[in-house]
Amino acid sequence: MPEAPPPATIIPGPAELFAGYLKIGLFGFGGVAAWARRVIVEERHWLTERDYAEVLGLGQVLPGPNVGNAAVMIGRRFHGLSGALLATAGLYCAPFVILVLLCLFYDRYGQLPAVAPVMAGIAAGAAGMVIGTAFKMAGKLKLRAEAVTILLLATLGAAWLGLPLPVIVLVLGPVSIALSLWRAGLIGATGAAR
Amino acid sequence: MILQILLTFSILSLVAIGGANAVLPEMHRQLVELHGWLDDATFSQLYALAQAAPGPNILVASVMGWRIAGAGGMAAATFGMLVPAAILAWYVAGLMHRLRGAPWLKPAQGGLVPVAIGLILAAGITMAEASHSHGVMPLVVVAVSTLFVWRTNYSPLWVLAGGGALGAIFLG
Repeated sequence: MPEAPPPATIIPGPAELFAGYLKIGLFGFGGVAAWARRVIVEERHWLTERDYAEVLGLGQVLPGPNVGNAAVMIGRRFHGLSGALLATAGLYCAPFVILVLLCLFYDRYGQLPAVAPVMAGIAAGAAGMVIGTAFKMAGKLKLRAEAVTILLLATLGAAWLGLPLPVIVLVLGPVSIALSLWRAGLIGATGAAR
Repeated sequence: MILQILLTFSILSLVAIGGANAVLPEMHRQLVELHGWLDDATFSQLYALAQAAPGPNILVASVMGWRIAGAGGMAAATFGMLVPAAILAWYVAGLMHRLRGAPWLKPAQGGLVPVAIGLILAAGITMAEASHSHGVMPLVVVAVSTLFVWRTNYSPLWVLAGGGALGAIFLG
């Protein structure tokens, strides 16, 4: 489908910030990062693709869920402390309420509601959504060859080699940052000589 | 007890680089092996329970807290798991804001982007592998959903709903 021209970004009001994150939390089965990008970049235009990817990248290397960290940072950017609190509350409140209900059900009946086949189907759809989101982000950001290599190494390490995520982040993060600085001409001859 | 839960999850919060799935082994070590609050089977069941809810799967901590000490445990575990990491993110965001004029900041941040996208892709592949345990049909759903989300701008709700409907028909 033809690409629409990128619309200007919109600054959300506090209520919109909360509502947007409420939607991300509520719909985020399996792949909350995919829904966060969908709502923030595609539907509501709060951030550009690149801006969002950078916030998410930072959220990834900090401890805690990447989307949760991004919620704090995006909320702060738009509305300071109240923004960070609203975005965070929006993100967690719907899933938290659903979890409480599931726990009550589990305590009472000793098993989960019989929705396993439906959930398995949704999980498959969510898996594709997450993969498709990664492809979409990589394509729209027009990553250079070395960035694509880093991307694939991260995928390989996490999905096939089963390496601990902190190890992947701590090894590939610095290498990728160094490559990016070198591309920007900020690391001198030693970098360029490699 | 509640205080101990709060403390344990606060520590987990600050070592959870990569989110819930990255911290799961350490969570298991703390809750099952060190404190003996849960047994192995319960830990696995609770993890499955948490997966059934939408939203960030870090909320697996809430379910564990519930099992260990009821509503108070749930509150303590959730607070402990979310707040320390959120405070750190808040201060890092402030630091980034102060450094915003620095010429190296954007390229350095850009360097983290491929790592983040690579880990998202890995999460999707891991989810696809897990769904393959239900046969070939889920893999078809994964493929269709991938193309749908990648190549169109329609809402992913369609593929989630479609996947759920197919699951109810073929996997029930």
